[in-house]
Amino acid sequence: MKYMLLLYANESAFQALPKAEAERGIAAYHAYTEALTQAGVRVASDRLQPVASATTVRVADGKTNVLNGPYAETREQLGGFYMIDVPDLDAALSWAARCPGASHGVVEVRPIWAM
Amino acid sequence: MPREGDGEARRAAEATARQSYGKLVAFLAHRMRDVAAAEDALAEAFAAALIDWPARGVPDHPEAWLLTVARRKAIDAARRRRHGEDAAGHLRLLADELTASTASEAEIPDHRLALIFACAHPAIDSSIRAPLILQTVLGFDAAAIGSAFLVAPATMSQRLVRAKAKIRQAGIPFRVPERAEMRDRIEPVLEAIYATFSEGWSDPAGTETRRRNLADEAIWLGRLVASLLPDEPEALGLLALMLFAEARRAARRSASGDYVPLAEQDLRRWDTRLIDEAEAALLRASRIGAVGRYQLEAAVQSAHVVRRRTGSSDWAAIARLYEALMAMTGSPVVAINRAIAVAEAEGPETGLGALAVAAEDARLAEYQPYWAARAELLARIGDLDAAEKAYQLAIGLEADPAVRDFLQQRRSTLCAVTSS
Repeated sequence: MKYMLLLYANESAFQALPKAEAERGIAAYHAYTEALTQAGVRVASDRLQPVASATTVRVADGKTNVLNGPYAETREQLGGFYMIDVPDLDAALSWAARCPGASHGVVEVRPIWAM
Repeated sequence: MPREGDGEARRAAEATARQSYGKLVAFLAHRMRDVAAAEDALAEAFAAALIDWPARGVPDHPEAWLLTVARRKAIDAARRRRHGEDAAGHLRLLADELTASTASEAEIPDHRLALIFACAHPAIDSSIRAPLILQTVLGFDAAAIGSAFLVAPATMSQRLVRAKAKIRQAGIPFRVPERAEMRDRIEPVLEAIYATFSEGWSDPAGTETRRRNLADEAIWLGRLVASLLPDEPEALGLLALMLFAEARRAARRSASGDYVPLAEQDLRRWDTRLIDEAEAALLRASRIGAVGRYQLEAAVQSAHVVRRRTGSSDWAAIARLYEALMAMTGSPVVAINRAIAVAEAEGPETGLGALAVAAEDARLAEYQPYWAARAELLARIGDLDAAEKAYQLAIGLEADPAVRDFLQQRRSTLCAVTSS
């Protein structure tokens, strides 16, 4: 089954980290991505630009509304994702627990809708 | 007009349902990874049995017959739906169908434990785990479960449907966890079984058959889990705890239905067979050597049961056990029980001191046993005014009429002393 791991964390806290710590954090993500790839379960993954770069679009009554900013203002923001292919939820949860994002934020695990 | 075989066929179907329902649902759900579809298929198979068995006689292997029919019904249903996500379970069933050695296959693998672990998965909302186990493993309907847990049947039914959808959509596995994860994973399973037992226990008079049955069913589940996981000390501890409590059920009320506190219970009304089974389970658990919450609580019960031989409970041991439990759970309820044991072992002043420490937890302000314990100990040291006030609060907070009567009697005995 395919699962999406959605990484939420406090963006400004990460940006405020001293350079050395931030680099260690990024290195941890690289190692995690590599581990997923080695295990043959990584389908896709990417980091997102900060929420300040977000634009939200909604079409209602034939009119297109374009709003500056993210869909929802929250204390923790969606900052990246991993899509993995594993046998079941337990396997997905054990990968989610190893994700560095689970230690400095939260990881939401969502199954992909099978078409 | 009913045919002659109808009664016999119905009885055979009912007997098979009682003995094998959970096993059949577990087997089908395990193959299909879909609890709701497994239940639907099995329901259709039972309906078919009620038509087929009266006409052609009860088959030699009713379980195998039902399984074969349920499999075909499930395959038909999957074909009708043609969802992509059904395809895998559908194919597994077709493969089973091809390899199944006709209707004589007597041994159906027992996947009930895997089903229980799926129902009590951490990804399932904790309040629905016990109802889910009751429905899938024991075949209770939503109305019976709803009334036992004081939830409207329609609401309960909706929650059960949602939980089953979550198992399927989120890909919750049907498997018994590995050794390394067992500690974390068995806890919600035991919790769900204990919640079931507590629901049944909350009807001490045993007047509501549904609730009393819940206690029986919880013990049945406890025996099942303990027998399938014989090396899990807490599974044995929970079984012992439930058996000790059940052994005293009859003694909790007098012949006229009045509440009888533990200290005044008639020992002849304790069920010795259940107590022996409980002691044996607790002994097995302690030999494994990993103490846990349920073993400690069972040990408290065991120290009470000592009264059968010595005439009094071993209060010093009980106080020490509650101390260990407090360190483990930090529960204010445990703190009260410890204070009561301390009062029995070392006198009411020491007990009141321990109770005062426990009362720092604000949650106790609305907890009846706290006020009843306080009232009792105050009365013992002769502070009757304060005792009466505490009884008043305890009475106001109690929901069980028999216990309320008991507390009111205690209070009026006090009043008689003060006014004389």
